[in-house]
Amino acid sequence: MTSPNNSKPLSQQAALVQKSLAKRYASERRFKAYGLASVLFGLCALLVLFVEIFGGGLSGFKTTQVALTLELDSDVLEVYDATNPDEILAGNYTGVIRNALKERFPDATGRKEKRALYSMISVGATYDLRDQLAADPDLLDTSIDVWILADDDIDTYYKSLSSVPYAERMSDKQQQWVQDLIDKQEIRTIFNTRFFTSGDSSEPEMAGIRGAIMGSLLTMMVTLLLSFPVGVAAAIYLEEYAPKNRLTDFVEVNINNLAAVPSIIFGLLGLAIFINLFEMPRSIPLVGGIVLTLMTLPTIIISSRAAVKAVPPSIREAALGIGASKMQMILHHVLPLAMPGMLTGAIIGMAQALGETAPLLMIGMVAFIMDVPGAITDPATVMPVQIFLWSDSPERAFVEKTSAAIMVLLMFLMFMNAMAVLLRKRLERRW
Amino acid sequence: MQDTVIESKAPTAKTVQVERTKKTTKTESNAMNAKRSPTEIAESITETVGKPLAQNAKLAMRNVNVHYDQKQAVFDVNLDIAENQVVALIGPSGCGKSTFLRCLNRMNDTIDICRVEGSIQLDGMDIYDSKLDVVPLRARVGMVFQKPNPFPKSIYDNVAYGPRIHGLVNRRADLDDVVESSLRKAGLWEEVKDRLESPGTGLSGGQQQRLCIARTIAVSPEVILMDEPCSALDPIATAKIEELIAELSQNFTIAIVTHSMQQAARVSNRTAYFHLGRLVEVNETEKVFTNPDHELTEAYITGRFG
Repeated sequence: MTSPNNSKPLSQQAALVQKSLAKRYASERRFKAYGLASVLFGLCALLVLFVEIFGGGLSGFKTTQVALTLELDSDVLEVYDATNPDEILAGNYTGVIRNALKERFPDATGRKEKRALYSMISVGATYDLRDQLAADPDLLDTSIDVWILADDDIDTYYKSLSSVPYAERMSDKQQQWVQDLIDKQEIRTIFNTRFFTSGDSSEPEMAGIRGAIMGSLLTMMVTLLLSFPVGVAAAIYLEEYAPKNRLTDFVEVNINNLAAVPSIIFGLLGLAIFINLFEMPRSIPLVGGIVLTLMTLPTIIISSRAAVKAVPPSIREAALGIGASKMQMILHHVLPLAMPGMLTGAIIGMAQALGETAPLLMIGMVAFIMDVPGAITDPATVMPVQIFLWSDSPERAFVEKTSAAIMVLLMFLMFMNAMAVLLRKRLERRW
Repeated sequence: MQDTVIESKAPTAKTVQVERTKKTTKTESNAMNAKRSPTEIAESITETVGKPLAQNAKLAMRNVNVHYDQKQAVFDVNLDIAENQVVALIGPSGCGKSTFLRCLNRMNDTIDICRVEGSIQLDGMDIYDSKLDVVPLRARVGMVFQKPNPFPKSIYDNVAYGPRIHGLVNRRADLDDVVESSLRKAGLWEEVKDRLESPGTGLSGGQQQRLCIARTIAVSPEVILMDEPCSALDPIATAKIEELIAELSQNFTIAIVTHSMQQAARVSNRTAYFHLGRLVEVNETEKVFTNPDHELTEAYITGRFG
């Protein structure tokens, strides 16, 4: 409207426009700033979360060990034939470790001090020793130098020494002993492989996430296998076949309603139907998976319907016009084009299910389970429930385990989201 | 597009008198220079002038009425399309010609609210018979749409899709032959023979439309319906398609909807003029464009309205 070289005076209207421009641009800048501020706020929240969890949890991936010289005396062990599994199983490994401790710290006198000394070593150490002997029977009646697992109190104390020492549960004598071990470099922290190979335990130093990971994987498998086909089939029926009438409107409204139902309600439903009515066992991934299927179905149906709806009608017409039957049209054209959207919906639903705790509490997946589940009918717990359980435990050492477990869960979520992006990219690249 | 045609309750039987309820617009009355507006004239039409019927009819339509819910889009159309003939359907926007065309292979079945009455016969077989399967019908009556709509697959797969689903060929070599001959007939072979595996959606608009035509003729239909096939194309691509239609008319029966009167004049043997859902006039194309029988046809082709 204004002349490019400003040679002519602005008309009245142009002047008015000019005047309002500054205001318009200012509000535009504000609008942009609000958006940027929101993004920054989100990023800050994420950063705080990560710093908090990683700061507290990284030490959860480490475990403390103490060096001891063990005399594998067959008389003390009461094991005379190390190739006999029964004898190995019944061996008195505690005695061997206690003897070694007494040797190492001869200043422990009296029952109370001795008990304090013995408690510095985890009960898990006896299992390690047993496994070592079973693997190598020649060790019987020899003397070995080994690093054995320290108790969680020692673990917590030793790890906290670098910052604020936490000695609430440590006697003065025990602190002295630890100092002595440090001076002689007979105590160390190493990567905690046990955390990834064992199930839950009441002893923090022996507790692992593997049981929960397996439980989660089994539950997710059941959920995916049930919810994806059912969700996609329902979406396709509703979009392509269902007549548009009051009944289908009613169904649609209720699918949307179901998506908003608090998840614990689904847990109650699962408890009432699958456990009370069908008398399925408690705490098993099968029931958990079915309950989570009910919870994720609405999400998958809604996103799949949107994906089906987004397929251009011209493609449908092209297929029908050439004489494809409705099923051929759907299978050959609509489904491939809608698949990326459906997968995204499914993975979002699965990620939601992976982080779900409440409905699983209702069907007993909150139980304390030490064994790693191997099938969908084995008692199991899942990662978020494991986090909930550990965060509730009184032992100080479970705090870092909780953070470590959260990290593992986040890792899984990130992996799933990355998979979603990757799958979508791959499928979309087929033009 | 078609469902905005008629507002008043329109007469369906031939004996019903005109309802003069619609207000006439200024332009219309100016254009017509007569007491009655084109709308009124159209609504009073009870019989098609010219020669709507033909001797060796491939497709025979009798008393076809089409409704979208309450609105009637096509009124009482009688028309024959003879074998190996190109019939152009012309008329102003929203006059029901596309709707009518889509009746001929039952594409209107996909629209829930659409209702078709009357009889449409393909070689004497009623295509609206409730027992009739639309899949073989659409294999016999193919369709090319307004917007080029290749499948998001390779060029080869686009053309091979029809023969594959209908099980027309069993061996890969035969399929290759069908693809090649279809693409040749559609005048696309020379341009795409080296990139048959590249996506069909990557072609230019005109090439895409020819690919769609190749896809349609790959199943060797008897009739090809074309719904404004050139409306999204530039003049060069349009010229190619028109050439192609002329060639195809030797082997296929073609019904083409077009907004371009030059196109209708160039490609068709007979022309049918629709107005407000009524078939006003059907005649030899030459006659329609030189000496039309009906005043509305004349007004339309001379550009007085439309």
